[in-house]
This record gives sequence, C-alpha cells and structure tokens, in this order.
Amino acid sequence: MKMGDEACKRALIELLYQLADDDFILAYRGSEWLGLAPHIEEDVAFSSISQDTMGHAAMFYQLLTDLGEGDVDQLAHARPSKERKNAILLEFVNGPGHYLSKPRYDWAFAVVRNYFYIQAKKIKMESLKNSSYEPLANVALKVNIELYYHLMHWRTWFVQLMNADQTARNRMETALTRAFADFDGVLSLGSFGVEMARYQLIEPEEMLKKKWEAYMQPVFDSVNLTMPVDFGKKSGDGRAGEHTADLDRALTILGEVYFEDPAAIW
Amino acid sequence: MILFMLPESEKLIMGTLQQVKDPEIDSISIVELGMVEKVEVRENAVFIELLPTFMGCPALDIIRSNVEKAIRESHNFHEIHVNFVYHPPWTSDRVSDEGRLRLKEFGIAPPPERIAETGEWHVDCPFCHSTYTTIDNIFGPTACRSILYCKTCKNPFEAMKPISTIM
Repeated sequence: MKMGDEACKRALIELLYQLADDDFILAYRGSEWLGLAPHIEEDVAFSSISQDTMGHAAMFYQLLTDLGEGDVDQLAHARPSKERKNAILLEFVNGPGHYLSKPRYDWAFAVVRNYFYIQAKKIKMESLKNSSYEPLANVALKVNIELYYHLMHWRTWFVQLMNADQTARNRMETALTRAFADFDGVLSLGSFGVEMARYQLIEPEEMLKKKWEAYMQPVFDSVNLTMPVDFGKKSGDGRAGEHTADLDRALTILGEVYFEDPAAIW
Repeated sequence: MILFMLPESEKLIMGTLQQVKDPEIDSISIVELGMVEKVEVRENAVFIELLPTFMGCPALDIIRSNVEKAIRESHNFHEIHVNFVYHPPWTSDRVSDEGRLRLKEFGIAPPPERIAETGEWHVDCPFCHSTYTTIDNIFGPTACRSILYCKTCKNPFEAMKPISTIM
C-alpha cells in the first residue's frame, strides 16, 4: 500500500473503525450475558469468546493509534455514537430488562446474531490476510485462528436450536427475521468500500457477501431454511454513523469508569 | 528461537527470561511457552519481542512488566524495550518439550501434537495418562485452555487449546 496516498489512508482508517467498533460493541453485548447464559458451561464459553473479541477490538484500535488516530482508550470509550462505525444489528440490546434486574434476554437472537456475525468476520479476516496493508494482514492471520473455535461454537448452537422442538424453531425464526432485516449493515463496507477494494485493503463488498452466502447455504439447507434474496438495512446505516438509543446507553455504561478519570493508568 | 545460535549477551537475556513465568500457570516460563520471538542487544539497549498466545489475554500487560522487571534486576541496560508482535502468530506447537512437561506438572495437558483434518483432537489425562478422556468445554477458565474429563480416574482436567494456522 502506498501510505503517501491520502485516499488510501482514508479508506484504511474507515475500514479499521468498522472492524474495531463491530467487535467492541458485540463483545460488550456478550459480556452482559455473563451469569445469564442457558447453562454454566455456556457462561464459560460465551465469556471466553467475548474476551477474545474484545482483544481483537483492542488490536484494531491499536492499528488506528499507529496511524495517528489517538489513544486506544480514548478511541474505545470517548467517541460519541455518531462517530461509531459499527453495524446497527450488533448494538441492539440482548432483550428486555437490564442485566442487573429482570433480564429477559433472548438466547435465540444471541445465537443468530453471533453466528451470522462471526461467519462474516471470518470471511473478512480470510480476505484481510492478503491485505495490502501488512500490519492489518498480520493481525488478521492471528484473529482468524482464534475465530475457528468461535464459529464452531455458534454453528453448533444454531443447528441444534433450529432442529429442536417447535418452540425453539419459532423463537429462532423470529430472531432470523430481525437479523436478516439488518444484516446488510454487517456485510456493508460503507461509502469507502470501493476505495477499500481499489487499494486492495480488502475484497469488494459484493464478493464478501457472496462468500457469506456460499458458506451458509449448506448449513441453511441442513436445517431447512431458505436464503433470503436480499438482506436489509432496516434500522439505518451504522457505517455512516447512524445508530439507535441502544448504542448510546451501552456507551454510557461502558465509559462510566473511564470518564471518572480519563488520565488514569489502569 | 534457536538458542545455540545466539550471541553470548542474548543468551544471558534468554536465561533471565526463563525465570519469567506465566502469571496463571506458574510452572512454565514464557520461553518454554514459545512466546519469545526475538532478543536483541544493541549497545546499552535491549529489544525483546514477545508473541501473545491469545489477543484478549489479560495477562499480557503483567507479562510485559514482569519481563522488564526481571531484565532490570539482572542486567545493566539503559533502555529496555518489550513489545508484543503478531507476526508470526503464536501457535500451540511453539510450546517446547520442556514446556509440555511443565504444563503436565501443573495439571494441564499439553496441546495435542496432531490435529485431524476435521479439526478433531485428543489429549491424554495429565494425572493418570489414560487415553479415555472427553471434552467438556472447548472454552476454559482462560483463553488458552479447554476443560476435559478423564473417564478412568474420574478427574476433570484442563488442556492447552490447540491453535494452528491451518484453522
């Protein structure tokens, strides 16, 4: 990559914000499940996955720091929602209630959202292994290895619940409808997508989408599920900084300790 | 890293790093875990590159400061640079033979030496060496460990999770 090229750098920074913000908010949503997952082994597994995911976010923020975007903690905590580039599907609350009181979290939605997202992330990492920006290619190789177990985990849940009794199937179908309605936002590379592909930072959005469908098709077939013709961006375009009140509330809670004393060293 | 090829000053540093243990598995050193990628001495400065096992591992900052402390106590450098790098990625086959013994000593089965093409793997019980074991949870108490159960001695145990670039 020619770093002297401002357009290239602009596209790279945009891509890194998407990768970092996606992982950051979904890792947080995962952490809210701690103690509430269906059984204790799942509590261990889900929190381990969320911890890995937060580690990935930290790495992507670090790459942004290296490009002069500012301090890692500031990037993670201090940016208002309108500057965030995460997909809206990833910021939605886990369900009604609050994790400290009367949580009525939706496990079917957690399974569908995480499975769909991790598969999309795996495809992006595979592509990024060949990125023209070498520091990103190196990080992608490392992240990709860790995703192997994440993907296996969520695929297992997905297939089992889709094939379980009618109650489970109904809940999964409701979750699928919600996920499909906003999944375009996850696969989207935003308005800089063309530049990202032109500078060979990552493959074109269309290619990533086709690969996602190709990986998912056999799994969908095995559970008797039809691939939608199109996905939606029903709740808005997160890559353009559009977000819901769910994200604002999450950022307030996430930043509580940080804002006590932003200069503190932990 | 091939030890005998190192110059004398770097060898001494490796000796010091051998004293730095994993904060969560204190029988094994970061050298035996295969985390030390590079040691370089340039005049009064030492440069150390470490590979994180897992990126989200909360022990990384502790390891970094333990390395700095160990070097400061045993050597006289004006500058100590300890950095985590991601290339090459750490893989579980970097754990040395000595490291595999130290893990067992702690009650953790070393990572399997072979992973089938299907991704399946198997480890023996670190306590009774039985091969009659089952995986309870791929994910364990730390990012790098899985939880297993031995059907022979009826003990739960942990194994270092296999991680490879073929995954």
